[in-house]
Amino acid sequence: MEIFKIKKDIPFMSYGRLTTAISLITFLLSVFFLAHRGLNLGVDFTGGTMMEVSYPQAADIGKIREAVDSVGLKDATVQNFGTSRDVLIRLPLKPELSISALSEQVLTALQKADPNVKMNRVESVGAQVGQELYENGALALLLVSIGIMAYLALRFEWRFAVAAVIANMHDVVIILGFFAFFQWEFNLTVLAAVLAVLGYSVNESVVVFDRVRENFRKMRKAGVQEVINNAITRTMSRTVITHFSTQLMVLSMLFFGGEVLHNFSLALTIGILFGIYSSVLVASPIAMYLGVSRENLMTGAEKKPAAADAQP
Amino acid sequence: MNRYPLWKYLLVLITLVLGVVYSLPNLFGESPAVQVSTAKSSAKLDPALLGQVEDILKQEKITYEAVFLDTNGVKVRFENADTQINAKDVLQGKLGKDYVVALNLISRSPSWLRSIGALPMYLGLDLRGGVHFLLQVDMKAALDKAAERYVGDFRSALRKERVAYMGVSRDGQAVQVRFSSAAELEKGKKILNKEYPDLTFRDIDSGNDKLLIATLNLQAQKRIQEFALKQNIQTLHNRVNELGVAEPIIQQQGLDRIVIQLPGVQDTAKAKEILGRTATLEIRMVDEEKSDMTTLDKASKGQVPFGDEYYVERNGQPILVKKNVVLTGDYITDAGPGLDQQNGESVVHVTLDARGARIFKQATKENVGKRMAILLIEKGQAEVITAPVIREEIGGGRVQISGMANVQEATDVSLLLRAGALAAPMDIIEERTVGPSMGEENIKRGWHSTLWGFAAIAVFMIIYYMLFGSVSVLALGVNLLLLTAVLSLLQATLTLPGLAAIALTLGMAIDANVLINERIREELRNGNTPQAAIHAGYDRAFDTILDSNVTTMIAGLALFMFGSGPVKGFAVVHVLGILTSMFSAVVVSRALVNLIYGYRRKISKLSIG
Repeated sequence: MEIFKIKKDIPFMSYGRLTTAISLITFLLSVFFLAHRGLNLGVDFTGGTMMEVSYPQAADIGKIREAVDSVGLKDATVQNFGTSRDVLIRLPLKPELSISALSEQVLTALQKADPNVKMNRVESVGAQVGQELYENGALALLLVSIGIMAYLALRFEWRFAVAAVIANMHDVVIILGFFAFFQWEFNLTVLAAVLAVLGYSVNESVVVFDRVRENFRKMRKAGVQEVINNAITRTMSRTVITHFSTQLMVLSMLFFGGEVLHNFSLALTIGILFGIYSSVLVASPIAMYLGVSRENLMTGAEKKPAAADAQP
Repeated sequence: MNRYPLWKYLLVLITLVLGVVYSLPNLFGESPAVQVSTAKSSAKLDPALLGQVEDILKQEKITYEAVFLDTNGVKVRFENADTQINAKDVLQGKLGKDYVVALNLISRSPSWLRSIGALPMYLGLDLRGGVHFLLQVDMKAALDKAAERYVGDFRSALRKERVAYMGVSRDGQAVQVRFSSAAELEKGKKILNKEYPDLTFRDIDSGNDKLLIATLNLQAQKRIQEFALKQNIQTLHNRVNELGVAEPIIQQQGLDRIVIQLPGVQDTAKAKEILGRTATLEIRMVDEEKSDMTTLDKASKGQVPFGDEYYVERNGQPILVKKNVVLTGDYITDAGPGLDQQNGESVVHVTLDARGARIFKQATKENVGKRMAILLIEKGQAEVITAPVIREEIGGGRVQISGMANVQEATDVSLLLRAGALAAPMDIIEERTVGPSMGEENIKRGWHSTLWGFAAIAVFMIIYYMLFGSVSVLALGVNLLLLTAVLSLLQATLTLPGLAAIALTLGMAIDANVLINERIREELRNGNTPQAAIHAGYDRAFDTILDSNVTTMIAGLALFMFGSGPVKGFAVVHVLGILTSMFSAVVVSRALVNLIYGYRRKISKLSIG
């Protein structure tokens, strides 16, 4: 079976203006939602307590809220998730009470209200730890970008490196934009997904760039635009098939992975969808606008003769 | 051209065999078990203990599946949880307090697998249930406490040298000594400088008051902090032992934090209480006047003489100890095992601070020939560690506690003296608890995600690439096998995000095979012969595969370095998965393709869809 039987190269680069415009709009919208609504940060980052409890029968949210209120926590949120028997309770930090005492008190109150309550999961994070996790997350994001850029600059050329990183950041910002728009909870697991997308999506750009370099060598007479068009067309089949396969896995996680992996797989889904788009239609035009040419790539390749070995 | 040299096939074969062997333990499942480990360094972990455990179980007619000894202790596997709990109670009762008997789950894998180090994957807390605490050690308090000790030390040092001072007080972490004249200050400074090289001295002349300010220098501060952290970890170890946790993790994190992970612990309230409690040490006099047989006998029945308390020593001797406390553990600065210089007996050397030394000197002077009891008070429960006879007046703050049975006991007692109390208070700053059913649920979820995702990819790949698709799926299967083997072999902690990483890595690893297959198709389209197309396809795709894997690897490593908790768990598996996928997607799939096509003379068509 073969889905992509494309005889002629698709002139992707002549749509450059349109695709860049679309990207720019989604990007700006994401930034707007991020600024306007902000991320719904989980307790990992804000500090606070999250408890997951379950009951043998349908949970009485009102009664649970009463029990939590009795501890003196007015800002707590109590909600169902998954089934009507499972309840998620979120408690903000209380400066006068240690986090360990807090969860203890709430659990005691819940047990008093209904002795059948079962505690499934408690996560309590102090304010300082939350702040650190937040900072470390940002640092990881920054370092991944720098690392990838350095590798690509070494392996290809700085124009490709910059283009790939811009395309990647575009994906990351859009994922964050989605999370801000829908106010999905952003926690450490989602951060892991976002960072994985960063590594994953750069793959795409690498595959296209690899082909661009090869084409520069083979298609001696073609212009830059033709070379890139050909590279994208030739790799398109692979791009779509790979992403489709990965998406199958992610969908499986979305369906079977339960609450903890839900937002994780959501972030990956958005990342994969926009990853296809951005690596093809964002990274390449940017590389072109930055003025990638045969000359600056060839010198790059000569510096690394090992890369040319594969050529017959 | 599409033939591997023999060694490459062998390499693939050996890797596969190793992969199967080291993945195997994961298939056997787990049985309820009891783990016996030592609570004190004096109790030994040796085959004798193994025999002892076996004997006890046989005597009590408790049937077990297997019993063996490893570095953690003696492990006994049972058929069901009821026997397990019964056995735990019996063993704890018979073995006594020197041993920790904990409930555990251990793999049912046969012993030959265990003997080659093949163990099932090490599951994180979110997959097996348990508690995770992150404790912050209050270093400021540790330094305050150190400064507080110098206040007393300074007073006695100055008094001893007859330097006239007006007062000594603590100001934060500095110690202030007030003098009335500059001459006395100079004198005092000289003496203190000599005696306390750890301190930095500086004087301030504010009119009437001549102030000498002593602060801890940086090295000393660092030393105190390190000591405080070590001591707290030691104390926590002792306390966790009491909880009966099979495989606790107590580790330093950063400069002032301690991570505690207690798998399988459900009662967080009890865990917190035990971890957070404070222990104190007390030295009191034994009431020798009332230590006759009849009084002791009466005391054991509850008729304790007024002003005394009744205890049983570790060796089983009953003892009456006065309620009046001579000295508390706050005065102890250090304790270590040693040998008596005269008779070679094992002893414990205790160093007291200046104030403690003075009190101790006075007490020993008045009580030569009598016994002195050293008590450890934990959770309101006091225990007499030892009650040595005072042979002579002891001055200078160096105390030798004799009466130790051997070096082990001396080590043990000094450990208790040092670690009985926390060096600095601690706060729980992060707490994560996962219930046991939740852990099982999470394993199921992670496993199902991987399984169904894999199945979907397999169906798709086979339809789309036919035989080459099947090869890709086999290679992906090998990747899963190798990843499982590597994770089991390294005993890297597998968490739910780690399971997600397995799924995601598999989803991403197929990329390499897609690249190769697409490339082969393209080469065919360009008019190459099937053999040449396979060769060129693998060759040209490799550069791309390498590049894309390196970039993914960069992301993975950064995640590992800066991530914490779930992010780290994800990163470990992700990075390992990239490595195994490089091997399986390139080498293993090529070996398969070579075996299928490489030895045919004529191929008219490749089955690549």
